[in-house]
Amino acid sequence: MSNVSVKKRDRGKIRNIKFGVRGSGFGVRRSILNSKFRIPNSPADVALLKRVARSHNLTDELYERIVRILGRQPTLTEVGIFGVMYSEHCSYCSSKPTLKLFPTKGKRILVPAGKENAGLIDIGDGLAVAFKVESHNHPSAVEPHAGAATGVGGIVRDIFTMGARPIALLDSLRFGPLQNDARTRFLFEGIVRGIADYGNCIGVPTVGGEILFDESYRGNPLVNVMCIGILPKGKIARAVAKGPGNPVVYVGSSTGRDGLGGASFASREITDGSDADRPAVQIGDPFAEKCLIEATLEALATGDVVGIQDMGAAGLTCSTCEMPSRAGTGIAIDVDKVPRREEGMTPYEVMLSESQERMLLVVKRGSVERITQHFSRWGLNAVEIGHVTDNARLRVKEGGDRVADIPVSALTDQAPIFQRPTKRPRYLSKVQRLSLKDIPQPRDYAAVLLKLLASPTIANKAAVFEQYDHMVQANTVVLPGRADAAVLRLKGTNRFLAATIDGNGRYCYLDPYEGSKLAVAEAARNLVCVGATPLAVTNCLNFGSPQDPEIMWQFKECVRGISDACRAFGTPVTGGNVSFYNESPDGAIDPTPVIGMIGIIEGVQGSGLRVEGSCPEPRAQSPEPITANFKAEDDCIILFGETKEELGGGEYLSAIHQRKVGRPPRVDLHAERALQRLMVEASAQGWLKSAHDCSEGGLAVALAESCIIDAQHLIGATIDVSRVTCHVSLRLDALLFGESAGRIIVSCVPESVEVLGHLAKKHEVPATVLGRVGGSRLLIEPWIDVRVEALNDAWRGGLKVALGQEQWGTKGSGDT
Amino acid sequence: MKFGVVVFPGSNCDQDCVYVLKDVLHRPVITLWHEQTTLQGCDAVVLPGGFSYGDYLRTGAIARFSPIMRAVRAFAQDGGLVIGICNGFQILLESGLLPGAMLRNTALRFICRFVTLRVERTDSPFTNRFQEGQVIRLPIAHNEGRYSIDAKALQTNRGQVLFRYCDADGNLFDAANLNGSMDCIAGIMNKAGNVLGMMPHPERASEAILGSTDGRLVFESMIEAFSHV
Repeated sequence: MSNVSVKKRDRGKIRNIKFGVRGSGFGVRRSILNSKFRIPNSPADVALLKRVARSHNLTDELYERIVRILGRQPTLTEVGIFGVMYSEHCSYCSSKPTLKLFPTKGKRILVPAGKENAGLIDIGDGLAVAFKVESHNHPSAVEPHAGAATGVGGIVRDIFTMGARPIALLDSLRFGPLQNDARTRFLFEGIVRGIADYGNCIGVPTVGGEILFDESYRGNPLVNVMCIGILPKGKIARAVAKGPGNPVVYVGSSTGRDGLGGASFASREITDGSDADRPAVQIGDPFAEKCLIEATLEALATGDVVGIQDMGAAGLTCSTCEMPSRAGTGIAIDVDKVPRREEGMTPYEVMLSESQERMLLVVKRGSVERITQHFSRWGLNAVEIGHVTDNARLRVKEGGDRVADIPVSALTDQAPIFQRPTKRPRYLSKVQRLSLKDIPQPRDYAAVLLKLLASPTIANKAAVFEQYDHMVQANTVVLPGRADAAVLRLKGTNRFLAATIDGNGRYCYLDPYEGSKLAVAEAARNLVCVGATPLAVTNCLNFGSPQDPEIMWQFKECVRGISDACRAFGTPVTGGNVSFYNESPDGAIDPTPVIGMIGIIEGVQGSGLRVEGSCPEPRAQSPEPITANFKAEDDCIILFGETKEELGGGEYLSAIHQRKVGRPPRVDLHAERALQRLMVEASAQGWLKSAHDCSEGGLAVALAESCIIDAQHLIGATIDVSRVTCHVSLRLDALLFGESAGRIIVSCVPESVEVLGHLAKKHEVPATVLGRVGGSRLLIEPWIDVRVEALNDAWRGGLKVALGQEQWGTKGSGDT
Repeated sequence: MKFGVVVFPGSNCDQDCVYVLKDVLHRPVITLWHEQTTLQGCDAVVLPGGFSYGDYLRTGAIARFSPIMRAVRAFAQDGGLVIGICNGFQILLESGLLPGAMLRNTALRFICRFVTLRVERTDSPFTNRFQEGQVIRLPIAHNEGRYSIDAKALQTNRGQVLFRYCDADGNLFDAANLNGSMDCIAGIMNKAGNVLGMMPHPERASEAILGSTDGRLVFESMIEAFSHV
C-alpha cells in the first residue's frame, strides 16, 4: 500500500515541478546553449527529485550514478527516462547475465537472439518466420480486459515491425482455482474477452494455447501471448536508427496519459494497493492496430524505411534510445510535434506514455511524404518529430527548450546489471519429499479418471477458444483442441507450420531445473505429435522478485534446464521475455517458464492450391498433420516410451489428493530426442492415424481424450496395461495417472504395427501395443470400464462446472 | 466474370475472399477501397467480414456511409450480384439493402466454430449449385449474429431465407441455433434475389484442406448465375 500512495503523491508533485518552476527563479527556461535547462539546483529541489527517482524504482545509488553520467543533476524528464529504461522490464538488469546460458546458434537463425524485436528463422522456400512470446501479467492482474488486450497488441506489433505479417496467436494463461472464487472468475472472463476482442478485430487467428489453474496464481494471473509472423527471407525490417540526418517519423495513434510508467509498474510486486496503478495500464484500440498493420507493411514494402520499432513498454523513450543504440547513432526529437490526445501533457508524460498502437520509423531523407501517405490512407498519424544524429545522444526538446540530453549507451548497453545472489530455497527439500505410502490408492479408478477429466486444467477448453476467431486468414488446418499443436498451412508452399506453447509451474516449483526441461520436452513432443520437426524456441520466464535469492535460484535453474533441453533437441532459443515481480500479498507465483516452439511439416501437397474451376481438388497427401483422436474401429493403439513410478507434481496428486509434493518426472533428453525422431519419421511415412502425448493426468487421461476429442465421433478403446513397458512393482495409480515424460500414444491400422515396431526399435524407443480402438467404452481391464459419453460429459463439462454455468450461457460446448 | 472485394479499414476477411476467388476459383478479382466511388466494372461485389471502422458505435453502422457503399447500393438496385459475409451482412442490413437487424449473440460472447446449415432454396444466384435441403458445414465467427426482424416483415420475407442453422440431420433446433437468430436465419436475400447476406463464412470452407468445400458452392453458384445473364 505504502509505495503506491507515495507514488501517487509524487505524481502530483511531478506536475507541480513543471508548473512551479516557471515562475520560481531557478527553473526559468534557459536557452539550450548554456545547457542549464530546468535543472534543479537547490538542495530542496534535489531532495525532491531524489524522492521522485525513488518512486521510479531508482535507488539513491543509481541517482548518483545518473548525476555522474550527466555531469549534473538530471531534469524531471530525464529521471523518468532513466527510471523506465533501468526498470527490470526494459533493462533485464537481473536476468541478462543468466540469459547468456541459452543456446542461440543454429543454421536457421536469421537474427541473433535479443538483437531485434523478435526471433527470426529460416523455414525454407524463401520464407522466414518471426515469433516471440511476451507477458502482460501485471496489467492483467488489475485491469484484466485492457491488460490482456494490450498484451496481444504489443506482441503483434513486435512481429509486424519486422516486416512480417502476423499469421497466428497462441496464449499461455494461468489463474487461481476457479471454484467459488468470484475474483478469479472475473479475471478469467476479462482476460479471455480481452484476448478475443483484440485478436478477433485485428484478424489474426488465435490458434492454440494452454490454460492451467493453481493456487499460486490467485493474486497474480499470468497472460503470456505468442505471435507468429511470416515474411520473405531477406525482407526483414530492422530496429535501427541508421544514417545521421535521416528523419524520425512518429506513426499511429496519438499519445495520451494512459500507461504512464507501465514498465515501472510491471517491475514491482502486486500489492493490495495495486488497483491504484490502474492508470499505468494501457488501453488498446484494435481497430487502430489493424490499420497500423496494413499501413506499416505497405510502408515497409516501399524500401524507404531504414529502421522501425514499436513503442511498447517505455513508449517513445525506449524506441528513441534503443534504435540509435543499435546503430551507434543518436536521435534528436521535439516532443511538441508528437500528436497528443490530451491537452497540457508535459515532456515527462509524452516520453513515458505507453499509449498503444504507435511506432517510430527512421526513413530515408526525402521520403517522409511518400511514407506518411500510407499511414494517412489508413487514417493514422504520421509526423516527422526529429532526426538521427551522429552524437550518440538522446536529445529531447520541447519547442525551443531542451528537456533531456543523455548518452544513448547509458540507457541501453551500460544500463546497470545486477549480479543477484542466489540461494537454494528452503521449501524444496520439504516439498520434494514424497512417500507414496502416504498416498492411498484409489478404490474406484474410473471415478478418479472422470474427476481428472473434469479438472479445469485438463478439461476441454472450447468455451475459451470458441471465443477466439481461430480461422481468419483461412490457414488453420488443425482446429484448436484437435491435436497437440496448432497447424497452419503456408499458402503457395508445400509446408505446414506447427506451433505450441507449454509450461508447468508446479513441476518447476518442485524442481526448477527438471521442470523447465519438461516444458521444453513437452513442447517438442506436442510438435512431433502433429508430425512436425521442431525448429526453434522462444520463451517467457515468469517469476517472483529477483531480489529474493531463492527466486533468483529458481530463475537460474530454469534457464539452465531450458538451455540443456534446447541444446539436446537442436532447437535454439531465438529470444523471449522475462517477467519478474509476479508476487501478490500471498507470495510469489510458482516459477513458470513458458516455452513457445515452432516446427515445420514439409512435403505437403495441396497446401498451395491451384485447382481449376470446380474440379475435385486433391486432398492433402501424406504427410498431413496428425490429430489426437482415435479414428476407426480396430485400429491398433501403441504406446511409445517408458512408464516409471512418477507421481510427483502431477495433476493426479493435485486434483485427487490435494498435494503439491514430490519430484516431477525425470526427463531423459536422449530418449526424448529419439522419440522425436521416431515420430517425425513415422508421420512422414503416413503410418500414424492419431498421436497424443501423455502429459497432465498420464496414460489414462491421454487415452480417454483420444476417445472423445472428436465430439461427433466418440469411439471407445480396449486396453491391456499389463503390457506397458515399465519398472517392476509399479503402482497402479502411477501406471494410469503418472506423468512420466517421453511418452506418446499413437494409433495405426493393424498392418502398420509391425513396421512401427521396427522403426521404434531402430530409434531405441520402447513400444507397447496397448490394445485396439473400437466400441463405445474405454476399457482398461480390469480397473476402468466407462462409456465414452460419460468421459465426454466430464471432459466437456469440467470448465463450465468450475465456472458456474451462468457465466458462459448454456450453448456451444461441443466441437463440430 | 470480375469480382470486386470491398476493403473498409478494419475488414479482415477481404484477402481470404480474394484468395478463394483468385487462387481457388481462378476468377478475375480486384479490391475496392472504401473511399472509391465506382465499382470499376465489377460484375459482382463481395462485402467481406471483419470489423469495419472498428465496428465502433454498432456493427456496420459507419461503413454504410462510406463512399463505396453509394456505388454498391446503386449496383444492387440495378440488379447486380452482391454478397455480404459476416460484417458484410451487417453492413447490408445497416444500408437497408436487406431486411432486419443484428443483435448480440444470446450467449453475449463471440462464437467461432463450424456449424451445420440447411440450404432452403436452390433457385437463387447464390445457391444454384446446392441441393434443396442439403445440410452443409461452414464456420461462423461473430459476436453480433443474432438475426432479428419484426414478425410482419418476417412473414413477408420468409421466402428469401437461403440458409438456416440446423443440426447434422437438417432439423431446426434451438441447440443448433448458436447465436439465437430468429427463425434460425443464417442467410437471407433481398426480394429481387440479387443481394445476399450471410453470417457464416463460405470463404473459410472452400478447400478440403480446411475441412469443408461447401462454401465454394456459394461462389460457384454466383459464377453459374452470371454465365446465364
